[in-house]
Order: sequence, then C-alpha cells, then structure tokens
Amino acid sequence: MAQVASITLLQNDDARPIIEAILADNPGVRVLNMHGAVKLDCDHSITIRRASVEERLGRAWEPQEIQLVLVSMAGNLDEDDDHFTLSWRH
Amino acid sequence: MTVKKLGLRQRYEHMTRGLDWETTYQKMDDVFPYDSFEGIKIKDWSAWEDPFRLTMDTYWKFQAEKERKLYAVLDAFAQNNGQTNLSDGRYVNVVKLFLTGISPEEYQAHRGFAFTGRHLRGAGARVAAQMQSLDELRHLQTQVHTISHYNKFFDGISEFPHMHDRVWYLSVPKSFFDDARSAGPFEFMIAIGFAFEYLLTNLLFVPFMSGAAYNGDMSTVTFGFSAQSDESRHMTLGIEVIKFLLEQHPDNLPIVQKWVDKWFWRGHRLLGLVAMMMDYMLPKKVMSWKEAWDIYFVEAGGSLFQDLERYGLKMPKYADIATEEAEHISHQNWAVFYQYTHAAAFHTWMPDKEHLDWLSAKYPNTFDKYYRPRWELWAEMEKEGKRFYNMALPQLCQTCQIPMAYTEPGNPAAICFRATQFQGETYHFCSDGCKDIFDGEPEKYVQAWMPVQQIFQGNCGGATVPDVLAWYNMNAGADNMDYTGSPDEKIWKEWHPDADVARKAV
Repeated sequence: MAQVASITLLQNDDARPIIEAILADNPGVRVLNMHGAVKLDCDHSITIRRASVEERLGRAWEPQEIQLVLVSMAGNLDEDDDHFTLSWRH
Repeated sequence: MTVKKLGLRQRYEHMTRGLDWETTYQKMDDVFPYDSFEGIKIKDWSAWEDPFRLTMDTYWKFQAEKERKLYAVLDAFAQNNGQTNLSDGRYVNVVKLFLTGISPEEYQAHRGFAFTGRHLRGAGARVAAQMQSLDELRHLQTQVHTISHYNKFFDGISEFPHMHDRVWYLSVPKSFFDDARSAGPFEFMIAIGFAFEYLLTNLLFVPFMSGAAYNGDMSTVTFGFSAQSDESRHMTLGIEVIKFLLEQHPDNLPIVQKWVDKWFWRGHRLLGLVAMMMDYMLPKKVMSWKEAWDIYFVEAGGSLFQDLERYGLKMPKYADIATEEAEHISHQNWAVFYQYTHAAAFHTWMPDKEHLDWLSAKYPNTFDKYYRPRWELWAEMEKEGKRFYNMALPQLCQTCQIPMAYTEPGNPAAICFRATQFQGETYHFCSDGCKDIFDGEPEKYVQAWMPVQQIFQGNCGGATVPDVLAWYNMNAGADNMDYTGSPDEKIWKEWHPDADVARKAV
C-alpha cells in the first residue's frame, strides 16, 4: 500500500487559494469534501508552494499562515520560507 | 540600507537555542529530577527539531487571530439564537458528553504539558511543550465559553467539573489522563503527544466536528476546528518525540514500543465514546465510526508505522483486534448507556427506522446479526411501557474502567472476561489489551478509583440510585433518562411546534 501524505484544511475563503494551489501543483491529488473541511490526499508527498498561493491570493503569503486554516495532516513535515511539504520520503 | 529579514530557520534557531544553561549552584540532575528514572537515554538534546519552526512571537500572533475569529462566530451564534437551528434537539447530547468527558481532559493535558515543559532538559522540547500547554488551556476555555450558551437552554451541562470527578463513565477519560500525568515526562509525551494526538485525535476532531457543521452547530465546529489547527502542531510534536527518542539510543526502542502498545489500546478504549457519538448521537450522519477508523487509523496509521519501521518500531499490539472491534464498539457502548440512562447526564433513545437502516448499511457484517434485533426488541418494550433499565451495578474493567460489555475477539456473542491475581486479590479486565497494561504495572492500577467499588464501599453518597445521583449533582428527571419526555425535548418542541409533522412527512 502506498503511504498517503495528507492535509485537511477548512472549507472557507481563506483556505481556497491554498486548496487551489495544491490541486495545481500536486498531480494525482485526491479530494475528500467534508462538511466544513476538505481532505487532500496524495501518494508519498504533498506540497504547498508559496509562489502558487501568492499568485492566487494576490498578496504576500508566508507558509506559516497555513496554521490559521489547518485542520489536520499526515506525513513528515518540511516547512521553510517558500514551501510547506508533507511526505514519507527521507 | 535595508535590513534583511531573518529566514524561518534562522529565526527558529535564535528563539529556541541558547536559552538554557548548565546550572552551577545546583546539580543538573537535581534541577531535572524526573528525566532519567524511565530509562530513556538522551545523548544530544540539540538534535531536537520542531518542523513547524514556530517561535513564541509568531505563536501569539496566530493564536490571537484564531481567537478573534472564533469569538466573532460565538457572538453571532448567540445573537441569532443558533441553538434553535440545530438539526434536532437530540444533537445537544453530544455537546454535553463533549463538555463533561473531553473538555476537562484538555485541562489535564494543559497541566501535563506544563509539567513536561518544565522537566525536559532540552530547550527546543521545552518550548514546544510550553506552547502545547497554552493551547490545551485555550481549548478548555473556548469549549466552556462555547457550550455555556447551550447551558442557558439545556440540561446536563452546568455541573461538568463536579461530575467529571465523580460520575461513573467520566472516570474513563479521567483515569486515562490521570494515568498519563502520573507517568514520567517521556511516557507522557508518548501517551498524549504521540498515541493520543497523532494516532487518535483526528477521529475525534475531524469527522465529529464535520458532523457538528452538518447538524447546524456553528459554534462547536468553530471551536473544534480552531482547536484542531493547534492539534496539527501537536501531532507534529508527537511524531517528532518518537523519532527523537528512537534516534537517540537503541535502548529506547523496547521502552517506547511498550508505551505505544499501552497508549494505543487505552486510546482505542477511550474513543469508543466518540464512536457512539458518531453512530448514534448525531441526528444527521457524516460517516460511520468504522469508515472513520479505516481512514484515520488503518490508512493514516498504516502509513505512519510503515515509516517508523526503519527504527524497528512495530504496529501497536492488538491493532488488529481494535480494527475488528470498530464494527462493534459503538453499538456495544450505546447499549450500555441505554441500559443505564437513569445514571447518565445526557439523554438516550432507540434509533428510528431510518437510523436503523443507515446502521444496517454501514455495518453489513455485524449490525443486522448482533444489534438490530436487540434494538427492535427494546423499542417494542418501550411501546409496551416496559422500557428496559439495568438496575445492577456493572463490573468494571480495572484498567479502562468501562463496564465489562465488550465481546470476545472472533465471537461477538460472548462477553470477554479476563482476570489476574495480584497480592491475593482478583482483578477483572474487558480485554487482553487492558489485562496486559495492568500486568505491566500492577502496583499502579490497584490504586485506581473504581466508581462501582466506591459506591459499594459507601463513598458515593449512599446505597441507592437517588443517593448516588445526588452525590453526582445530577438533577434527576432533567439531566438523565430518555430524550423522549425530557425538558430538552419540551423546549425543542416549543421552538419547533411542527417538528413531528415535518419528520413524518419526510
């Protein structure tokens, strides 16, 4: 079984540009819509790129701001100034 | 000249390193007296990394923003009488169970992380534990604030701290956290940080809170997801702890494995309450407990333990039994509360036909065969005016403190009993998992405050049900018994005079 990297975000306007950036940057991502939240799953690794979010948001955005809309996640986190990545790679 | 801003990594370095010092007036071992007796060996605390790289300044900024959003929603909910827009009056019972059974554990977690944050030698780990301690206090406070609005209209809420220390089923979560908090700091981190936060809280806060959203409880879903944004950080801390301990010394592996086995099983037992909330207490369903278990334990836990294999850590012992029980546990727990509704501070009911059909569809292997016939019989007895109450006090499992109502692995028609002898006394258990935990530390568990034994010993207000309920501060006739005929139902019908008609029309 492939290891699944996963992130769950709020289903709201603040999270939407992040959700869209994830859908654009992670081919094969699977979407589970829940009431109030959305779970995004991807085999092995899932990443959020700062540039992709900023492009959609139209303002500067730091990956740490994700904490305001984050519900849950699975995978080892690698966070830096330009990305937020969850993966099972080493 | 513009000053260049520090990057995330540098900022984290500056705010978490070099904050501590080697003490000289007192020996380090006297300053940190609790971090060696568990046998955990740490060679290099500076190898500790928080992948979020969250520093206190940023922490305050984000937490303040989360609070502003949450309290705006709570204000709106109260001003617009949000309680009248719930899916059904029965829904409020999940909120009652949450406040009495879960919120006090947020406070216990706050205390536990404050202690751990004081007693670990590494500054990075101390900063992370400090933040989590503050988070947990925030969770308690926001939950109390949110649910205080429901307390204006519904029963079973107002005495929650008093009840938490006394009521029989609330001793289940209470004893879980008492066990963790009376352990050493490393076991506490594995128990709460890893086993509870990483493996199990998703099951509580994600599908259940989504259920709150679906049932019109805008306030609970908002505190739930606001708390859950902190939980993601806690989960990361939990996984960091386990990797750190396993990387520090090979001798740590058997100790950590034993804790993982123990706390997985204890958490599985505790979350049986949530299983019941999801399958029986949400008027509008989101997913079954079994479906949630498959997503959040089988799939997510499977990925995690595949990752931890490289350290030699194995899947928790009895994980297969827990997965088998996911098809039974919500039904068995609801049966307990239905039988003892006279002693519970929330209301119970038998599922209607639509609900029974949903359970049959979600549990094709078990529901029709083992549970539906019993529910239909009990519903029939209710109609005949012979509603079934169990007036005998149940035997409790010495470890999880849940009545001995669970069944044998592989045979759902037989109750599972296990027993052990210790210092001339016999102790009883609901499962091999709970028996193993006791056998690992019998000196600890013989001291457990067992609600039924305490009643028999005369320590709970008297020998009759009314005496004990009075000692619980339970308002008999309002807080307890079935939803049908309760003051909760009465007020709900006043708000929705045509509710029954609408229900039938659907």
